[in-house]
Amino acid sequence: MPLIEISKVTHRFEGLCAVSDFNLAIEQHELIGIIGPNGAGKTTVFNLITGVYRATEGSIKLQGKELVGLTPHQITRLGIARTFQNIRLFKELSVLDNVRIAHYGQIAYTPAEALLHIGRFRSEEKRITNQALDLLAIFKLDESANEKAKNLPYGLQRRLEIARALATEPALLLLDEPAAGMNPNEIMQLMDFIRWIRKTFSVTIILIEHQMRLVMGICERLVVLDFGATIAQGLPAEIQANPRVMEAYLGVEVAS
Amino acid sequence: MAYIFQQALNALQLGSIYALIALGYTMVYGILTMINFAHGDLFMVGAFFCFLIAVYLKLSFVPTLLLSMLAVAFLGVVIERLAYKPLRNAPRVSAIITALGVGLFLENFTLALSPYPKHIPPLLENITWTIGSLSISSLQIIVIVLSLVLMLILDFIVQHTKAGMAMRAISWDKTIVPLMGVSVNKIISLTFAIGTGLGGAAGVMYGLAYPVIDPYMGIMVGWKAFICAVVGGIGNVRGAMIGGFILGAVEIMVAAFFPSTYRDFVAFTLLLILLIVRPYGILGKPQPQKV
Amino acid sequence: MSSIKITYHNLLAKWHILTGHKLFWPVFMAAGLVFCIAVDTFDFVDLYLQLILIYVGINIILTVSLNLINGYMGEFSVGHAGFMAVGAYVASLLTVHAFPAGVQSLLFPLAILAGGIGAALVGFLVAIPSFKTRGDYLAIVTLAFGMIVKSVLENIDAVGGPRGLLGMEKLTTLPWVFFWTALSIWVIRNLVYSNFGRGVLSIREDEIASDLMSVNTRQVKIIAFVVSSFFAGIAGGLFAHALQFINPRMFDILKSTDILIMVYLGGIGSISGSIIGAVIYTILLEVLRPMGIWRMVLMPLMLVLLMIYRPRGIMGMKEALMFTPLRDLVTEKLWRQKKKEAADATD
Repeated sequence: MPLIEISKVTHRFEGLCAVSDFNLAIEQHELIGIIGPNGAGKTTVFNLITGVYRATEGSIKLQGKELVGLTPHQITRLGIARTFQNIRLFKELSVLDNVRIAHYGQIAYTPAEALLHIGRFRSEEKRITNQALDLLAIFKLDESANEKAKNLPYGLQRRLEIARALATEPALLLLDEPAAGMNPNEIMQLMDFIRWIRKTFSVTIILIEHQMRLVMGICERLVVLDFGATIAQGLPAEIQANPRVMEAYLGVEVAS
Repeated sequence: MAYIFQQALNALQLGSIYALIALGYTMVYGILTMINFAHGDLFMVGAFFCFLIAVYLKLSFVPTLLLSMLAVAFLGVVIERLAYKPLRNAPRVSAIITALGVGLFLENFTLALSPYPKHIPPLLENITWTIGSLSISSLQIIVIVLSLVLMLILDFIVQHTKAGMAMRAISWDKTIVPLMGVSVNKIISLTFAIGTGLGGAAGVMYGLAYPVIDPYMGIMVGWKAFICAVVGGIGNVRGAMIGGFILGAVEIMVAAFFPSTYRDFVAFTLLLILLIVRPYGILGKPQPQKV
Repeated sequence: MSSIKITYHNLLAKWHILTGHKLFWPVFMAAGLVFCIAVDTFDFVDLYLQLILIYVGINIILTVSLNLINGYMGEFSVGHAGFMAVGAYVASLLTVHAFPAGVQSLLFPLAILAGGIGAALVGFLVAIPSFKTRGDYLAIVTLAFGMIVKSVLENIDAVGGPRGLLGMEKLTTLPWVFFWTALSIWVIRNLVYSNFGRGVLSIREDEIASDLMSVNTRQVKIIAFVVSSFFAGIAGGLFAHALQFINPRMFDILKSTDILIMVYLGGIGSISGSIIGAVIYTILLEVLRPMGIWRMVLMPLMLVLLMIYRPRGIMGMKEALMFTPLRDLVTEKLWRQKKKEAADATD
């Protein structure tokens, strides 16, 4: 059974069809890329999967469980986490708290225990803090655990966002333009980093990217969107040779 | 039938005053996304200016109205320059608290200078026409017509003049407009001048309709006008007018059929229901959330 | 000059060690309570001063609890006086009409608690619109709620209508105020430094991201509104039994504005800030009393100046270390890790 199965998903916004008839089935441990020109509906696909938008039609199933209609936090707890195109960290909060917030669903104490600091409160806080710090250490962010997230340099903010997403213990990780603002050298490092994340945390990854070098380099399969429609799906080599993709990227004149 | 028409007239009178004040809230919000909570008190100051001018300068109605509007507009611009401008890049809520502070200052300052309620002398001869059981006062007609004229002028300025275009442009995008060679500060001052000037006009008309004025009169009327702005869709000039007339109608109808103490209760409950059904007001557009 | 600086740092370090000691709070609380009981029994402090202290306590409760919504959660509630009114009326009705005479002072805590619970129930109702509305529109919802509470109270003859309620005994004493103030600070601090408190903060920072990071934002909003309104209700009950007279107009928008000013004066997102804000505001109003009405002119001016020169208030988003629990947890762990790394490096 595929890990996630998206079938016939359509999303309309004020009469505009942002995504139409989107189909994608992903097996465990795959690394898929979604590419397409600006405004093609790539981020909308992420928003549909994570429940930010509700699909107008179609179904999204995670390990056989229907996701359409669930709230974002329910979907996250079922095992889908994401990063954002424009970094959306909790800027005024500490690096540690950014990660601890992502553990929200894993804490066992009740509000009453929290208000009175009794029962499981202390042991649970200790467990979560340890986990968060371990995660930060893996990402080499533990030195700045007590710093405000907004004070981190840009690259570390991107890294913290991935760490925060992984703290929710996802089976499926969605990366929205992880290479934005990086130079070719950094992109090479990022490719290794993404492969390493997939191996270490045994997650399945979907990523949206403009950087062809990155996408072609690490993705096992690609989906190409244009104006909300899927115009091609297949191996990177096939996509590169596909005339419709060339057309979407370079314009009609060149292709003809 | 005549009774209903009578009440409709009363509703129009109250509604036009609400609408005039609501316009000030909405214009400032549209341009600065800031709620100017001192606006209700500027309305009160307008009524007091009217009193001062009428009693000490002994001017007639039209110059009194114009002078009061000018004075309040000037005060509005000064407040913006001194208190709000330094906070344009501060957290939004600091500006709101500042506005609350300015409002309290205006109330208490007026109270300190004038501890007792004042009585505005009749500036206009009030003629009452009686048609059957219906009685129409000339004052009512003047308040309604004058408000409508002011609103039409404003609508014209916003929709058809260069300054109005600049106002609308700033409310769309604050960063681009200066690049087009428009002085944002001038436009903001102009917005404050027009918005608070209209509030001042409302103060004068309120003073004509209900001649006993006190420093705290602006609080409740101000909050209610603010609600009108929200009901219409805050930031939307036409919405503010619609909101004003709706609240005026609701209040008059409630007072006509229930004990008058239920007025606030019904008005605010309706507001809550409306906000649940249409969270962005009647003419407001929901902002799509960007992720 | 530098020696002064060093002494200051020395003192600060000593202060941190002192407040960080695990016996600090128990001893401080016990001493405070004993002092309050002594003052109450032997009356060696001026009665007027005692009353001011009582108002300081009540205002601290109001400020800390409103800060939970306006500061930590980043919403703009302008209806806090409405919750206060619910608590004041529930508690007063109980002591005046329900409780038998004679045992009123014994049952007083129950009346206060009931007031808090009544306000919390109403707070639950106000939390529901906050699921969908945010920002300015939620502010209007809370405003309308405050107005509705006042309007309803004015229209119920059983609670005195616009004339209000009389006949409460002066049951609010300094020890009780101390107890409830300490309890509210403690509970709200506990909440803020828990999973749910982090949820509250994440809603302020970025609600969508928060939801996507598995935070149940509805649950968090309910908790925040219920806890905040509970303590506003407590403060209302204490207020009613200190003044021995309440009417709906006492809980109008001006009262809510007062609380807002204390919150933003002290600084948002800070418990120590709220305490400072409430203390300064309450005491300043009393000190300036000889100025008469002009103090009410001066106070808003000072607020405006403060906002211009320090838009985040005195302690905005900063917290005195003494109010942050579990700081040992984080530092200890970090320290442990550092040591391990160092050990690995030498191997």
